[in-house]
Amino acid sequence: MDADPFAAELDAHRRYLLRVARLQLRDGDLAEDVVQETLVAALAGRQGFSGRSTVRTWLTGILKHKIVDAIRQKQRRPIAAAELDEEADLEALDPLFADGGAWQTPPTSWGDPESALSQQEFMEVLERCLERLPPATARVFAMREILELSTDEICKELTITANNLWVILYRARMALRQCLEQHWFAAKPRG
Amino acid sequence: MLSRLTHLVSCKEASRLLSQRQDRTLALAERVKLALHLSVCIACTRFARQLVVVRRAMARYGTQDD
Repeated sequence: MDADPFAAELDAHRRYLLRVARLQLRDGDLAEDVVQETLVAALAGRQGFSGRSTVRTWLTGILKHKIVDAIRQKQRRPIAAAELDEEADLEALDPLFADGGAWQTPPTSWGDPESALSQQEFMEVLERCLERLPPATARVFAMREILELSTDEICKELTITANNLWVILYRARMALRQCLEQHWFAAKPRG
Repeated sequence: MLSRLTHLVSCKEASRLLSQRQDRTLALAERVKLALHLSVCIACTRFARQLVVVRRAMARYGTQDD
């Protein structure tokens, strides 16, 4: 039934869901599949939508489970420990701290970050900064910050230790913070 | 001297704790060390605020309209 208004409403979120899935899976075809499954599941389970949250939040919840399933099924290519180790080495080439543990380049003031958060251009800079992260690091970071999985869930899914996870997330935040500072906060002179 | 207290924990260590604070509950001793460091370190105080901005930006990125 093409004329189902609920189906049309769900479909309006397709692009958003695809963006989240792509960032997460780094695989365009798989992301399409996962989003399709999400929309089908949402349509079949419409009674599950209580109306207490927005449709988008509800869909994101379903998508989250589908992504975790997809990661689980892709056991041939989980986020390999070797891949993460390699990314750690790359980072070591650019030390952020001097020998004594002081900032090599201390963070500068970001002025009024509230106004940045409401600007589309800022979101585009954020997206480009995310794309610059090493791929495995970006995937783990997105699991934590976009899908808002708990650290326990992530460790279980990826079979990594909590310590390992903290290091990955730390690295992602450091790189992202630096990228945003360089390409937004320092690049935009504010009167 | 306050400046000597900053040496209890370096900026490097403080930045790690600030990141982990978003992923786990810090131990009391860690919270104390961090608070002492932040009370005398402008760079890490900025960094702490910026991590909050990064988290909020990511949450917004995940829910923004097309």
